[in-house]
Amino acid sequence: MKHLIDPMDLSVEEIDGILDLAKKIIASPKDYAHKCQGKKLATLFYEPSTRTRLSFEAAMWELGGSVLGFSSADASSAAKGESVADTVRTVSCYADIIAMRHPKEGAAKVASLYSKIPVINAGDGGHQHPTQTLTDLLTIRSLKGRLGTMTLGLCGDLKFGRTVHSLIRALMRYENVEFYLISPQELKVPEYIREAMRQKNIVFHEVERLETVIGELDILYMTRVQRERFFNEEDYIRLRDSYILDMEKMALAKKDMIVMHPLPRVNEISVEVDKDPRAKYFDQVLYGKYVRMALMMTMLEV
Amino acid sequence: MNVDSLEQGIVIDHIQAGKSMEIYKIMQLGKLDCSVAIIKNAKSKKSGKKDIIKIEHTTDVDFDVLGFIDPNITVNIIRDGKIAEKKHMHMPQQVVNVVQCKNPRCITSVEQELPHVFKLVDGDKYRCIYCEEEYRPGKSKKGRHF
Repeated sequence: MKHLIDPMDLSVEEIDGILDLAKKIIASPKDYAHKCQGKKLATLFYEPSTRTRLSFEAAMWELGGSVLGFSSADASSAAKGESVADTVRTVSCYADIIAMRHPKEGAAKVASLYSKIPVINAGDGGHQHPTQTLTDLLTIRSLKGRLGTMTLGLCGDLKFGRTVHSLIRALMRYENVEFYLISPQELKVPEYIREAMRQKNIVFHEVERLETVIGELDILYMTRVQRERFFNEEDYIRLRDSYILDMEKMALAKKDMIVMHPLPRVNEISVEVDKDPRAKYFDQVLYGKYVRMALMMTMLEV
Repeated sequence: MNVDSLEQGIVIDHIQAGKSMEIYKIMQLGKLDCSVAIIKNAKSKKSGKKDIIKIEHTTDVDFDVLGFIDPNITVNIIRDGKIAEKKHMHMPQQVVNVVQCKNPRCITSVEQELPHVFKLVDGDKYRCIYCEEEYRPGKSKKGRHF
């Protein structure tokens, strides 16, 4: 039995297998409508989530399985002080697979050590969120037709954004991916990520302004920059507009560039951009459901 | 206790200067009933300065813990006033409940009964197996727990 705690738990071949299966499901969902009949997904969500929990639940329903679980720690025995280990031991008796979100880093790893059934990390604090990475990879492969030979721009908070770190690490394993890392000085990617890129001779550029490089990109991956992350007000005022994607900046981009965002979006992408055919963040949400269907089928070996 | 010579016991030698107190705390040498001597900033041919710890009577120490703290340490086992054995340390693959994860966002910060496990990664550093926070000497919240 295998768990999915870190996106790097999966080899390139395993990722390709999951993405291939997702592609087949997209092409013919009816063929998969009963694949998980009789199977139960337990969604153990210790903190609120819109997309991830509903995406897991929709994925299991569409595979013909059923769902049980809780959507906040208050609604479970965690409120009485029950440990993650005891909770998963109990849930292992009721369900066939677990998707777990927890505010503390490493909680999913603890669950995997005590669970009798496969555990999927649906986010553990600021640590890992592997199904978001799979979602991003499926979106890129579906819309660009490949996972290598591309120029990817990551914009916004590159220091604290777990989705950004995971996506960089995952894409580093493919050929000819060039990165533009667009962020204020305070929010640059951590040194260990830069070091890993240097070791693999990955071409990357660190810049402060989106408008200066947007024309180079095949994919623009946006994240939110929070005001409180800046050390001084002056830098915030100088740079804040650079991290808001609007139609003026979109006019500088390639005709076939795609815009992605892990969502929720606050104000970093103007709503006017939603109408642009290059805006793909809501398609990304749909790919997230399909990739979770493929992942659960793979882990349940059905 | 004569710090120059031991009849029975161990000499933990070639400790990086300044690290002896960390070893003293992590190995909870303060709880031992026997004599323990700490020599700080002794002259060293190799590195100029070093620390030394001498423990009388006992030879029962956890070599994995010493290797975890500093793999350059050597341990001399003394019997009848002579060096009976010289041990070189190595970095253990993992240590359990030797140090605690200091990451306040780690699951171990709220679930007290979990063992604190650090695994050797990339050949030279230790990371918490849960949150992957790197262990940095001197920054651990608490000492050893059994």
